[in-house]
Amino acid sequence: MAFNYDEYLRTDKLPTLWCWGCGDGVILKAFIRAIDKLGIKKDDMCVVSGIGCSGRFSSYIDCNTVHTTHGRTVAYATGIKMANPDKHVFCIAGDGDALAIGGNHTIHGCRRNIDINMILIDNFIYGLTNSQTSPTTPQGMWTVTMKRGNIDPTFDACKLAEGAGASFIAREKVTEPRKLEKVFVEAFKHKGFSFVDVFSNCHINLGRKNKMGSAMANLEWIDEITVSKKKYDAMSEEERKGLFPTGILKQDTEAPEYTALYEKVKEAWQNNTKVEL
Amino acid sequence: MSKREVISSGNDLAAMAAVDAGCRFFGGYPITPSSEIMHTISDLLPKVGGACMQMEDEIAGICAAIGASMSGVRAMTATSGPGISLKAENIGLAHIAEVPLVIVNVMRGGPSTGLPTRVQQGDVLQAKNPSHGDLKTIVLCPGTLEECYTETVRAFNLADRFMQPVFVLLDETLGHMHAKAELPSLQEVEEGIKLRRQFVGDPADYRPYDVPDDEPAILNPMFKGYRYHYTGLHHGPTGFPTEDAEICDRLIKRLFNKVDAHVDEIESYEEYMLDDAEYLVVAYGSASLAAREAVNRLREEGVKIGMFRPITLFPAPDKKMKELKERFGNKVFMTELNMGQYVEAFERATGMHRDEFVTLFKANGRPISPADMIAKIKDELL
Repeated sequence: MAFNYDEYLRTDKLPTLWCWGCGDGVILKAFIRAIDKLGIKKDDMCVVSGIGCSGRFSSYIDCNTVHTTHGRTVAYATGIKMANPDKHVFCIAGDGDALAIGGNHTIHGCRRNIDINMILIDNFIYGLTNSQTSPTTPQGMWTVTMKRGNIDPTFDACKLAEGAGASFIAREKVTEPRKLEKVFVEAFKHKGFSFVDVFSNCHINLGRKNKMGSAMANLEWIDEITVSKKKYDAMSEEERKGLFPTGILKQDTEAPEYTALYEKVKEAWQNNTKVEL
Repeated sequence: MSKREVISSGNDLAAMAAVDAGCRFFGGYPITPSSEIMHTISDLLPKVGGACMQMEDEIAGICAAIGASMSGVRAMTATSGPGISLKAENIGLAHIAEVPLVIVNVMRGGPSTGLPTRVQQGDVLQAKNPSHGDLKTIVLCPGTLEECYTETVRAFNLADRFMQPVFVLLDETLGHMHAKAELPSLQEVEEGIKLRRQFVGDPADYRPYDVPDDEPAILNPMFKGYRYHYTGLHHGPTGFPTEDAEICDRLIKRLFNKVDAHVDEIESYEEYMLDDAEYLVVAYGSASLAAREAVNRLREEGVKIGMFRPITLFPAPDKKMKELKERFGNKVFMTELNMGQYVEAFERATGMHRDEFVTLFKANGRPISPADMIAKIKDELL
């Protein structure tokens, strides 16, 4: 029997606002399949999104949903999670949202290792607002603010998450929806901050001016710049240039999770002792 | 019910009041002169099963507090003027999405970094219009240590009643002033708690924003079977974004009407020695401490003078101020620790211009002494 996505969707809100061929739909489907596989109940989960095309993600999922201000998903989610440590809290953010205006919250969510599942929809551009340079826009590409080619160095979001202390880090791409689903399952199971950088296409506002104006052309480019972690690890520094490894990049199950640590704070105050780390 | 006597400061009393009123989440960021609120509440909240989080910045502080409140928990943030400037955008989200929240601003000298360790009442108009767009704030301004406690408690009840942020404006003087305070009993506070309304019934019939034109949204706690959507966009009866002109018009008008139609539930002020008064002093917050002393000393000299002290600054007590104008005409002395911010509300309500009565303003980080007030009153009012 075909998988019933409708069970998890607000079907009256469809069709989505996303462009035809947008990767956001692939991510939404993989997200739903992962939730279903893990048996997470709709009343036990909350999806928090920010501003941008990815901001609309939350409105399509039939659960508690919050569409916040630009860049603040992790901050809102932190309050929700701290007040409800037993519930599943998800952040959906774009590359501008999570890495530019909201970069600070991403860093500190990772650092606290609070049990929030963050999906970065990384399409290398500000899509909704018409093609401004984002922190992940490759150098040399046309953007509406760098029409002669972007000079800003490109951000590796997974390296940021690693440096900041996230305990689960992965990168996937919309060209491999089954792998994406599997990575989501592992990320959502993980206790601690899980960060999944999903390479997605924006053939409309990135592709058209960069010789990949169709969804297929944009997706092929994503395949060209990615390589599995296994292959990447075996490569020389020279070969790795311009490539991003995919798969689970870090999975530390020993790192203490923040809400669990805060329970120790409560105990310490109630028992007049010090926190035992 | 017996009162509680404590020796405490305005900042500590605000923290205590929050926890007594059922606050279970605090999100904040260090800033002078409000930090003691976070210091104290970080001790108190874990003891009662709540959580206090020192976030990475001012913005995260308010966002985490709004998030906790969205999920159904009473929440607070506290800061000073520069922090409010940073939180402004998300104050707007709490207004349009109708999320209750208590925001304490311990005012210091501004603008910008200003005078961090000194007093000013410079954020009064900021509290009236903290964020872009049209919104209607509720602003409470304690004038005594007792009120730092009782007004914070009231702020939580008003936030849940009207489903929006409520400001408590302290200032450096009140926040750091240590003295004896007489507080209501815990039992009295707990019995006075009025939590936000909840929808009971079939989730399929739940339309959180489908409420009368002068009432707040009814937002159930998360994770209890009522799955709905919060957004900072204009939204319709079920909470989902819309650009429908009529729905947007109704939404914004309702955000105003829900406050305007219930001013009697919000308004509060003190009339001090006004019964036989011929001269009127208008002051609020910590400036009213000196103004009260000035009134007392002038009374000893036989001057029939009294004080009007708004406690709820906004919505402003327009009717009352109009009555006072009819009674006192221009025999009015108004003083505040800024360049004349609340005078604007007084002018609007009375139709008088500030040049028509006597004013004394100071914005250099120092309080105004009773002696300075008396000198000005004797020179220009009597």
